[in-house]
Amino acid sequence: MRIRSLKFALLAAALCLPCFSFAQIAANSAAVSSQIAQLQAEVAQAQSSADNSWMLISAALVLLMTGPGLALFYGGLVRRKNVLSILMQCMAMMCIITVLWALATYSLAFDSGSAFIGGLHHLFLRGVGLAPDPDYSATIPLQTFMIYQLMFAIITPALITGAFAERMKFSAMAVFLALWSIFVYSPMAHMVWGKGGLLNADLGGRFPCLDFAGGTVVHVTSGVSALVCALYLGKRVGYPSEAMPPHSVVLSFIGACLLWFGWFGFNAGSALGSSPLATSAFVNTQFAAAAAALSWAAAEWLRSGKPSALGLISGAVAGLVAITPAAGFVQPMSALVIGVIAGAFCFFMVVKVKSWFGYDDSLDAFGVHGAGGTLGAILTGVFATSAVNPIFKNAKTGAALPSGLIQGNWHQFFNQFIGVAIAWTLSIVGTFILLKLVDLTIGLRVTREHEMEGLDVTQHGEEGYEFGA
Amino acid sequence: MQKIEAIIQPSKLDAVKDALLEVGIEGMTILEARGHGRQKGHTEFYRGREYTVDLLPKVKLEMVVPDELADKAVQAILSSARTGKIGDGKIFLSKIDDAIRIRNDERGSAAL
Repeated sequence: MRIRSLKFALLAAALCLPCFSFAQIAANSAAVSSQIAQLQAEVAQAQSSADNSWMLISAALVLLMTGPGLALFYGGLVRRKNVLSILMQCMAMMCIITVLWALATYSLAFDSGSAFIGGLHHLFLRGVGLAPDPDYSATIPLQTFMIYQLMFAIITPALITGAFAERMKFSAMAVFLALWSIFVYSPMAHMVWGKGGLLNADLGGRFPCLDFAGGTVVHVTSGVSALVCALYLGKRVGYPSEAMPPHSVVLSFIGACLLWFGWFGFNAGSALGSSPLATSAFVNTQFAAAAAALSWAAAEWLRSGKPSALGLISGAVAGLVAITPAAGFVQPMSALVIGVIAGAFCFFMVVKVKSWFGYDDSLDAFGVHGAGGTLGAILTGVFATSAVNPIFKNAKTGAALPSGLIQGNWHQFFNQFIGVAIAWTLSIVGTFILLKLVDLTIGLRVTREHEMEGLDVTQHGEEGYEFGA
Repeated sequence: MQKIEAIIQPSKLDAVKDALLEVGIEGMTILEARGHGRQKGHTEFYRGREYTVDLLPKVKLEMVVPDELADKAVQAILSSARTGKIGDGKIFLSKIDDAIRIRNDERGSAAL
């Protein structure tokens, strides 16, 4: 009996409840929906703040890679008489490329234009405001995206200076690299990352090429252009018969460690937000750098009987270069493998291949960045997995499609070669034409006497180390 | 008076200085130097490139001593700077005609 009456009571309650609820909802619906809208706006605001703070820090980290990171790394490797010329070249890039970026090169790289180069709508940063551009990142102001990308545009030409160190005129360097930034970097960045770019994997390019943080855009272009510079300019006076050991491996060591530190902004920042993908890129960056450093040092230990400080830091940089395109696409174990391969491969390129061909790539910009970048771009096509980054999706169902070769995507593996081939071709042709142009107008090399005296005194009128003072 | 010039391993400088003080040598001049004898340096590797470093860091001591102290000083240097390995250095002796103390014009042994 008691159970039956309880059932009736429940039934009655259930029948009455909707009446109350409807009444309540009718009364509160306007208030509730405005509350939901407010909450949604606050959540979006919170995510935007988190993403924006990480991206601004990342931008600063990437700038740190050029100065003092790269400046010290390269600066330690040259002879004492040329240390300031290296610092000057890096700082000059920080300034010249920044001004160019504001005037034109941001537009050429990231405005929607043709498949090969951006348009002119963003000249003088017109239309680059604080509202996000959802095509690039829906949660950060477009100006954050713009300033972050600028730091990549700065370090890329600065990397090339390693190939012509100790022998190029400052004026020629400034003009050549400014032109290079317009005619080689901007189109390549547009093709891979810009709206409508031929190789853009995010925004449906014709040949989608996986390049998370700039394996092709930064390292292949700078490294291959460096090789062209080394071949065009010829060897330094006295190379290779005269000893040209680094004047301070200590400076290079500090520089390399700053590069490693800054590289977290370079790779993890390329997630364009503080998402789990940023973590993935951060983790991979660390593992690849460490594995490559050990691999280079081991190769050196086997060959010459001793592991060196310069070897360890060179290997770390090689690993960082190789993981750059893969950072947001692969698992940590793949990052370790990429690092091991990159350390040994770049060691081989720098120690063996350079002496076989006899070119004077003074600070191994090609051997580390060109070779490591090419290797990394191709290995990205091997190790990329949709478990980390489902970049390709079925158009109808939205299900993730395989990314790289180990997932059975042969097509992507070949697309990586297309991306690399385009980067090589653009770099070789563009660099050669621009070098010729500058050579015919203002001349590239300093005189033989100035080269022997050193660029610090002859180009800048000062010395790096004044012990008498 | 004799001048003693001794080129020694930098790591032996303290031992040599102490030994010389013990036999009564009161003044000396020390120079950081670079050089090589028959030992001919060592090899260094930078990114696989081999460099022969043939001028090694050395320390050069110079002192002028009265004739009667010269032998003792040489013995002190020999016993304190010797490791028995190649690269230990050399000692050169020469006659000195005169010495002058700048402060008060003293001459000869008195100026030492």
